[in-house]
Amino acid sequence: MWQELRTELQARGTDIEIVTVALDTAGAEAARPFVEQAGGGNVALIDEAHLMGALFGVVNVPNAVWIDERGMIVRPAEPAFPGRSPVIDEIRQADLGGGAAGADAEAEGSSSAGLSLMNQIRGVGAAPLPPALVEQLRLTQQIVIEAELYREMILDWAEHGAASRFVLPAEEVVSRSNVRSLDQSRAAAHFELGQHRHGHGDHPGAIGHWREAHRLHPENWTYKRQAWRFEAGPGGDPSLYDSNWTADVRAIGPENYYPRLEVR
Amino acid sequence: MLLSSLLVDPVDLTVSTGWKVEPRGACKGVHCVPLPPSAIDLAGRIDVRVLAERLGMALVEDLDGELWALGPESAVTGRALTTAEAPDLVLPTIDGEPFRLSELRGSKVIIVSWASW
Repeated sequence: MWQELRTELQARGTDIEIVTVALDTAGAEAARPFVEQAGGGNVALIDEAHLMGALFGVVNVPNAVWIDERGMIVRPAEPAFPGRSPVIDEIRQADLGGGAAGADAEAEGSSSAGLSLMNQIRGVGAAPLPPALVEQLRLTQQIVIEAELYREMILDWAEHGAASRFVLPAEEVVSRSNVRSLDQSRAAAHFELGQHRHGHGDHPGAIGHWREAHRLHPENWTYKRQAWRFEAGPGGDPSLYDSNWTADVRAIGPENYYPRLEVR
Repeated sequence: MLLSSLLVDPVDLTVSTGWKVEPRGACKGVHCVPLPPSAIDLAGRIDVRVLAERLGMALVEDLDGELWALGPESAVTGRALTTAEAPDLVLPTIDGEPFRLSELRGSKVIIVSWASW
């Protein structure tokens, strides 16, 4: 989507450099298939330690920060969908059956027909959906994504620059960035220590640090989703953590998973 | 910022955190926080215990006691950003080449965080 947007901007005679940063403790090889599928053209960086969280306040993905020609942030980290996502659209349109979210038993054997893009990403054929995945998809259907608005904001900035109504003054950039407490600083330190241990082959040694990061900063989805991911595959142990995506999204309400874009 | 010692080179501190130690204190953007003389040793290294206390940075010791992590500041603005000046993010590209955000100075930039997980 970002490459398409950049092409559109260039066709309009404007341009914005797009830098993508993969917050992936698993490193470049985890990100590479997605980067290659998106095509070249953008700077693609790897952030194993989630520095984007410590330096810019990123707590979920996708998020983006705008920086002007002088190196000043003009919009802090916020949800960033630059257009409609075919995968999200597919999920939204899927008939998952079973009525209200949480009805796992009713969802047993729900068909994945109509979810070909998602199946492709999962690397599976059109098999019945596991009940846990059905519940995740139901929650995903309710997540608020403001793609049209965000795209409009970018196009406006590209055309009007500093005069764009979406550009924020410096004081407001700071005050709109995420709250940071000492506990959240401590969570960042624990996450980085966990990443260090994982990167040096001591995955069990990372668990305690990541659990502590989750406890200290529960609103930080990148810490949680990263750690849960390592336990999701073969040989993983999801019980190492006290929660999971479905439970935590249900607890806050899927409509609150991404904060609404604050427009001046 | 990972540390193998509680005394850190001021240049390394600036590269990792954006905080620069000047005669008037630790500075970032428009903010300068005074530091006591004890914050700097004779070799010019910064005592991160003092810095952490002044800036509200968590200092967490790893289990083996030979490694620490210094969290980001929390006591200056109480926000993730202390200043609107973008930090000079340095990260490897997907091909392992170092990339510095300031290389794009002069252009509008959108930094997009995403993940494979």
